[in-house]
Formats: sequence, structure tokens, C-alpha cells
Amino acid sequence: MSERPDPRAGRSVLDAVLWPTAVGLASGVLVLLVALPIAGLLLTSSPGALIRALGDPMVGPALGVTASTTTVSLALIVACGTPLAWLLARHRTRAARIVETLVHLPVVLPPAVAGVALLLAFGRRGLMGPPLAALGVGLPFSRAAVVLAQAFVAAPFYVQAAIAAFRRLDPDLVLVARTLGASRPRVFFTVAVPISWPALGAGAALSWARALGEFGATLLFAGNLTGRTQTLPLAIYTALESDLRAAQSLSIVMVAVAFAVLVAVRAGTRP
Amino acid sequence: MNRTRRGVLVLAAVMLLGAPSSPRAAETKAELAVFEAASLKDVFARLAQRFEKDRPGVKVVTNAAGSQELRAQIEHGATADVFASADRKQMEALAAQGLTVAPAIFTCNEPVVIVRPALATTVKGLVDLPRLDRIVIGTPEVPIGAYTLQILQKAAAKHGADFPARVQAKVASRELNVRQVLAKVVLGEADAGIVYRTDALTAGGKVRVVDIPPELNVIAEYPIAPVKGAPHPDLARRFIDLVTSPAGAAALREAGFSPCPRR
Repeated sequence: MSERPDPRAGRSVLDAVLWPTAVGLASGVLVLLVALPIAGLLLTSSPGALIRALGDPMVGPALGVTASTTTVSLALIVACGTPLAWLLARHRTRAARIVETLVHLPVVLPPAVAGVALLLAFGRRGLMGPPLAALGVGLPFSRAAVVLAQAFVAAPFYVQAAIAAFRRLDPDLVLVARTLGASRPRVFFTVAVPISWPALGAGAALSWARALGEFGATLLFAGNLTGRTQTLPLAIYTALESDLRAAQSLSIVMVAVAFAVLVAVRAGTRP
Repeated sequence: MNRTRRGVLVLAAVMLLGAPSSPRAAETKAELAVFEAASLKDVFARLAQRFEKDRPGVKVVTNAAGSQELRAQIEHGATADVFASADRKQMEALAAQGLTVAPAIFTCNEPVVIVRPALATTVKGLVDLPRLDRIVIGTPEVPIGAYTLQILQKAAAKHGADFPARVQAKVASRELNVRQVLAKVVLGEADAGIVYRTDALTAGGKVRVVDIPPELNVIAEYPIAPVKGAPHPDLARRFIDLVTSPAGAAALREAGFSPCPRR
């Protein structure tokens, strides 16, 4: 035994040194990649600049537009996305798979493409333009357009999370509830949704964060008008045209808001 | 084995090519970096082609973006030989920092009103703008938006003190660049907008152009200058000479730029 080297000796070096180092290095690279730009944003600013930026006449309306539109778009996504995810999770047909892929498509579309697509669908000369006009509805340049742009790009994040959550649900639970006489809506609302709540909440938070950051599709489809369609990201970009510092301070506000909400949601939905 | 040897040969070749080249090679492989305002993109591409044809071995690398962005890039140390701005403000800011040398105005661009073709009979001039439903202009932070505000202010003397407010009341969006103003009118989302003549020309027949009277208009002046400490000062000077030559002026005129009004 002492003549031959212990095969575990080599492995223990691998286990004790190489592997942790490799994992640590790889993780560190990614954490730095995210943390350094955020640090740059924070450290090159000053409290005075931040307070001045908050006094900018663009900030108040932009916060208001952002709060109202992301709330409505998230409500829309949850109200329609939860039933859709339930449907897609419980039906494994070819059609369901096609719908699932379709619903995920906005994740890979560049935002500008999303904006053009929305214009071509809901614009005054788009597919739905004439019927909408007949109803007296003009979507582009309206707050509804901001909501649609956000819902379009953000919905996949929620639907994806909800499908995964519903698929993890023990099918026996549903079966038992049904055999005990629970109606289908009752099973959905009192069994499926409560059990999946943490995952649904996390999905909703991710979806909301994506809606919050939405820029390209909003700019193209909803335009940029203070107090009506100008959200925080659009205000930041507008400020960037004249004053990098003001844009930076607005960005810090946005990072702070996003961070606070994500932390709150994570705390609220911890399983 | 064979593959390994070939790999080594390729590697050696790459190393040889990548090695510091002789001064002569550097001369014939010069890359002239031209930073130009987005509205100059097409004209400068044509001028660059001509410049390269006359000077084998010289390659013109262009960077077209908003003048403000280009200024920020140069301030942050981007390597540029020539800077052509759509806006005197950005050029003057760089000149004040000693980053550009002796800027000169080389062309002008005239704001015009564009309208959807269907509205061509409704809109005969600036004065008709308040009759429309949706007007799109540039945000005041970008040059076209600043010019638009100045034009509306000037027009107040002629069309009534409330004229700017009546136009603003119909503004559906303040776009972040002039091409987006154009796009909204081309797509039919907006009834009218104010863009540069050069932009209006690129839309072909999809918009109708309505001139703004010279006494109300605010003409955009385009300065050009070599960048201080640039790697190719001589070539930069030659390129600027080409832009300001009769051939350059002709190319600019063809794209919709106008000779600057005498002051």
C-alpha cells in the first residue's frame, strides 16, 4: 500500500485546491463584471449631485410614469400569464409547445425589433391599425403603448417561471383535490397558486424588473414625452444627450429603486 | 502530426505578420479615423472611398454617431484623426479643451417641416402646424430639438405670441434623434415633424417637404477639425481639404446640405 501512491492523494489536491480555486475564480470574474460598473456609477457621483438630479424637472414625471406603467403591465402579465402558464404546464401537446416557444420569443428579440414589431402590429398603419382606429383608439404615443411595450418584453420572464412552477407541482395533489370534489377554479386558486407562490413571486419580480428597464421598444412605439410616455430609462437617455452627470444621478435613483423592490420581493416570497 | 506542423507554421506566420512592421509598411497601412455626425454618414462614405482610391494603402475608418456622443468619446481618449460635428457647441467644447485644432465651418444644414403625403395640401407652412393632431420634434437636448424651439420662438413674432405653445400642445413625442422624428412621420404615426433637409431627402417620396422661410429658420452649421495628437495629422489635413474642396461641396449639396448663408 505504501509502495503505490494513494490515488486519493491526487484527488484530494483536486478537491481541496484546484476545484475551489477554479470555481472561485470563475465566480469572481462574473461578480466583478456586474459589480464594477455599478460601483463606477455610485463612486464617481456625490450626494450633492444626486440631490440636484432629483430636483430635475424630468425626474418627478418620469418616476410617476414608470410607477404607473410598470404596475399596470405587471398586473396584465400576472392576470393573463398565470392562466396561460397553467394551461401550458398541464398540456404537453404540439400546439402547447409551439405556443410556449412563441411566448418566449421576446426574450431573444432586440428591443428595437420589439418596438418596430409593435408599431407594425398596433401602429396607425399596422395590422390592427384600421380596426383600432374604427374604435377611436390610437395606441402609439400613449401611455397604453408604454404598457404594451413593457408587457411584450417582460411577459416571458413571468410565464417561464410560472410554467416551471406549475410543472413542479405534484400532480397527485391536483388529483386528490379534484376527487375530494374541488372545482377546477378552486384547485387552481387554492392549491396550485398558493403552493407555487414563491416561484410565481420571483418570476413576477424578474418580469417587473425587465419592464422597469424597458427602453428600446418604448422609445419606438410610445415615443418620449415628459409626463405621458417618458419613463425613467427614457429620461436617463434624454439627460445623457445634454449632461452625463444628470444621467448618472438618475441611473443611481433607478438602481436604488430596482434594488429595493427586488430585495423586498425576495424577502416576501422566500419559500 | 501533419496537422500539428501546419499549426506551428500558421502560428509562426501570424507571429511574423504581427511583429512590429517596418516604417514603410506602417505608411502604406495607415488607418485614418474620421468621427462624423450621423447626418454626414452617407456623404463621408463616398468621400472616404474617393480618398482611399487616390491614396493606395490608406484606409478611412468612419465612426458616425450623434455629435455629443462623439465629443464624449474623444474626451475619453478615443483615437480620432478628424472630427466633423453637426453642432458648433460640441466642437467648441473640444476646442476649448485643446482637443481639436482650428475648427472651420464647412457646410450647413437647413431644418424643414416634413408632413405625411396625405396632408401635403393641408400644410403649406409652419403656420399650419397647430392644425394637425400629432407633431413629433426633437427633444431640446439634441441639436434638432434646440433649433426647433428657436424656430418656433422666431415664428411667434409672425404667427402670434402663443404660436410656440399651440404647436407644443400638439407634440406627441420629443424624439432623441432626428432619424426617429423622420421614422415616425414615414410610418404615418405622426402627421408632421421638423428634421434637417438631408434627412428629409433620404425618405424619398414618403414625406413631403415644406420649407421654413429663411428669416424664421435656424441653420445648423457643421464645423470640421483635426483632432490634437492624432496619429495621422497630414492625412487628416488632406481629408479635410477634400471635404472643403469643390468636389466635397458638390457631394454635400447632392445630399441636401446647403452652402452657409453669409453673415
